Amino acid sequence: MEVRVQEADFDVGVETRALSSGRTDIGAISTFLGLVRGASDGVQCMTLEHYPGMTEQSLAEIVAEAKQRWSLLAVRVIHRVGPLQPGEQIVFVGVAGAHRGEAFAACEFIMDFLKTRAPFWKKEQTPEGSRWVDARDADDASAARWLDVESRR
Amino acid sequence: MNLTILYFASLRESLGMAKEVVALPGNVGSVGALRQFLSARGEAWQRLAPGHNVRAAVNQQMAADEHVLAVGDEVAFFPPVTGG
Repeated sequence: MEVRVQEADFDVGVETRALSSGRTDIGAISTFLGLVRGASDGVQCMTLEHYPGMTEQSLAEIVAEAKQRWSLLAVRVIHRVGPLQPGEQIVFVGVAGAHRGEAFAACEFIMDFLKTRAPFWKKEQTPEGSRWVDARDADDASAARWLDVESRR
Repeated sequence: MNLTILYFASLRESLGMAKEVVALPGNVGSVGALRQFLSARGEAWQRLAPGHNVRAAVNQQMAADEHVLAVGDEVAFFPPVTGG
């Protein structure tokens, strides 16, 4: 599956190799791995909520948009939900192309739009109690700058 | 008109409700009108009023206030997303 939302952890090596398994046209794979940041912010545990159905569809639309902008040969997006501890893997984006340019760019593009469009919500548990994470303006700015980037195929 | 409404994250918690089926009066025909209708329920519901940074989706697609509602639609309200 190109897009997966799951509670279970994933193996970065397995997911990365799956992108090019059985083919020889791929010359570059770019991957992003997001981890739960914790201790320094006082976070003991985090819970990820999503909107079953819409979340998967939203991720699929982001991948489709990336494929329109760049010539991509394979894409895989995995996002975990449920309770997660600091240091745990939370999100994986892998993009395969013929050359590194499109792989690097599309990987960043997918993450920027995942952060601002895909319906996920983080709740942090701290010693003072639990709190919902606020959306960051910087994430909106990161996604908005792609509107000015000309597609290169 | 019967609709299913879903609430997520901090909104779900503050309303104490994840899902409801509502029978709307005939004059509530758009997402914006639904926001007005729900926000009149009381203090906790004020966040749904236009201009409070709560997003809406209809049938799992983001929807603006002008979006026209139809019988059986699945409407969702939620705060700005924070995944990744």
